[in-house]
Amino acid sequence: MTVEQLSGGEMLIRALHDEGVEIVFGYPGGAVLHIYDAIFQQDKVEHILVRHEQAATHAADGYARATGRPGVVLVTSGPGATNAVTGVATAYMDSIPMVVISGQVESRLIGSDAFQETDMVGISRPIVKHSFMVSSAADIPRIVKEAFHIATTGRPGPVVIDVPKDVTDPKVKLPYEYPKDVKMRSYQVPGKGHSGQIKKAVEALLSAKRPMIYAGGGVIQGNGSELLTKLTQKLGYPITNTLMGLGAYPGTDKQFLGMLGMHGTYEANMAMHYCDVLLGIGARFDDRVTNSDTSKFCPDATILHVDIDPASISKTVTADVPIVGSVTAVLEEMLDQVQKSKTKVDKEALGIWWKQIEQWRGKDSLAIKSSGPDIIMPQQAVQAVYDITKGDAYVSSDVGQHQMFAAQHYTFDKPRRWINSGGLGTMGFGLPAAMGVQFAFPDAISVCITGEGSFQMNLQEYATCMQYQLPIKIICLNNQALGMVKQWQDMQYGGRYSHSTYAESLPDFTKLAEAYGHVGIRISHPDELHSKLEEAFALKDKLVFVDIQVDPNEHVYPMAIKGGAMKDMVLSKTERT
Amino acid sequence: MRHIISLLMENEPGALSRVVGLFSQRNYNIDSLTVAPTEDNSLSRLTVTTNGDDARIEQITKHLNRLVDVVKLVDLTEGAHVERELMLIKVKALGAQRAEIKRTADIFRGQVVDLTANVFTIQLTGTSDKLDAFIAAMGENTVLEVARTGVSGISRGEKTLAL
Ligand SMILES: Cc1ncc(C[n+]2csc(CCOP(=O)(O)OP(=O)(O)O)c2C)c(N)n1
Ligand SMILES: [Mg+2]
Repeated sequence: MTVEQLSGGEMLIRALHDEGVEIVFGYPGGAVLHIYDAIFQQDKVEHILVRHEQAATHAADGYARATGRPGVVLVTSGPGATNAVTGVATAYMDSIPMVVISGQVESRLIGSDAFQETDMVGISRPIVKHSFMVSSAADIPRIVKEAFHIATTGRPGPVVIDVPKDVTDPKVKLPYEYPKDVKMRSYQVPGKGHSGQIKKAVEALLSAKRPMIYAGGGVIQGNGSELLTKLTQKLGYPITNTLMGLGAYPGTDKQFLGMLGMHGTYEANMAMHYCDVLLGIGARFDDRVTNSDTSKFCPDATILHVDIDPASISKTVTADVPIVGSVTAVLEEMLDQVQKSKTKVDKEALGIWWKQIEQWRGKDSLAIKSSGPDIIMPQQAVQAVYDITKGDAYVSSDVGQHQMFAAQHYTFDKPRRWINSGGLGTMGFGLPAAMGVQFAFPDAISVCITGEGSFQMNLQEYATCMQYQLPIKIICLNNQALGMVKQWQDMQYGGRYSHSTYAESLPDFTKLAEAYGHVGIRISHPDELHSKLEEAFALKDKLVFVDIQVDPNEHVYPMAIKGGAMKDMVLSKTERT
Repeated sequence: MRHIISLLMENEPGALSRVVGLFSQRNYNIDSLTVAPTEDNSLSRLTVTTNGDDARIEQITKHLNRLVDVVKLVDLTEGAHVERELMLIKVKALGAQRAEIKRTADIFRGQVVDLTANVFTIQLTGTSDKLDAFIAAMGENTVLEVARTGVSGISRGEKTLAL
């Protein structure tokens, strides 16, 4: 067999193909022109031209979240790379597998402040799992292999490969062979958890009087939803999901108490606070969950913490039983040990606990309080979208009140359906992420629930959607303001709306959609909410922007009281716990 | 508490900046830092002294271990260990002072490695405390310049930090 001779540019694309990559989101420029020429001359890897590099990263991210496969990005040096940074940070915070190939100036020019030179490896260092600078084309196959291995295993994350232009020179051909496996002495992936620890955890769980399960995005990333559901149902225990974990456990199931944390349900937060054994799994006890003062967090609970990243354990809240391992391996062993253990669930105590929980649930903390017969409440809009899509859509969102309303009122029964920037909270994420989803699943319903503020941060992607005919449904909860900022200003700054309103300068969103060749629909009265939304979703082949004029004064509740415990919440404009 | 963490990392460009960056990014202290290649060309050994309570040190070691370039790590202060720091110190040495300084250097097992009519350059190895004590003994007005390497350390007995 003769070994193929390829240029560095060709190697990159071939290596992507050999890695199983089908789609790359990118934007060309000087430093990557050799690579783009290599793309032109093949048809195995599809390249999607976005309209801004930030959108390339978010689209790759959305693709990765929806499929579980790594998202791939290609950008040029300098501004191309820096534009991608927000998306890399977004992926990093949510542990999303992603490989970003950035062009770099020629090796001989590095360090000379050459045209479009930036130190991408340096800039991205704190927001990547790892990065590579390619110094020779011969290293490309190994580096690509390692990059994907690192990005997708353990706690996933973005990996940057910085490629100087000379390395991709089409005139220099070298033998190409894609490595079959990875040898890295310095990188080991945690496997199954420590059996003794798992046993301890299982005993604690089974001995609990007031148990609680708290599951995060790690369960989704680690494909542990099915096992988690099995374990939870076997035990009959209450469960909550984090913002990142929605869909890890079926949202419509009785044992599910809703999302927890800053805007979590009353019952989820109360059950957290009063539980005596807490199983945290694939979640990282971050400040949006624990409510900042961790000394008040779950005061009575023995804390069992399962995570694949040892650094996430006992970082903010000390775990009584730490377990490092992949969620699937640990859950399987837990199920097995629950079966074998002589300790049995205390049915009586559990019954009393559930009675208490049902009482909390009876408060109906997500109930919509209408502002009047002519006013659309944002929650209503989300519920209507849920009804019309039968709860079976992929829903991306941006950041703000609309995001929380979406999280609270679109009930997710499956993992990988809720695509949102939880960790970084990146406005502008929604539309490009929905694009990534639609590319992954052309026949699925890809919805983006957004706000008029967030949407304007990446609306240039309308053009990409037109080019590739993506029939995304954009549901804009238009409150004519940076609603979440305004809410905080209402609650903490005496209603002084410093730079959070702009009603007089909003574009005509229907015309804007039409200008790009899409469809725009405006809904301004509750009576037409359902019918017009149905109309929008009936346009199966079109991108539709639905501009829903919602109550501009609505707040998201419950809301954690700063500095308090999880039981301390504002429940409405007039009620606190 | 003061901790001395030693680690082996891939001898690759960028590895050092990842370690140092981690400390600043996560707001951990670096009191001293030394780094040099080992007998194995592909590995560098880095030793950092830092401060913090147990929880913080645990986070530091976990995060260091998480870096892809870090191959192996040990917190030397967890067990018996030898630590040394090298200092080159330039001091004013005039007239009668010269003999006095030489005597003090001898007490600290320092060596005069260079001299002029007005200045001694003394080399000293030991724990950081010992070097601090020598600087204090010289007095502010005498010390002209100090160059310290930072702490290097190794565990006692048969335990090794090696692959
Ligand atoms: C890139 C970015 N800039 C600023 C913020 C801070 N921020 C959080 S929510 C919000 C308001 C979002 O407004 P909109 O998209 O209209 O959503 P709404 O809260 O009104 O539903 C802002 C400015 C952010 N999260 N991301
Ligand atoms: Mg808004």
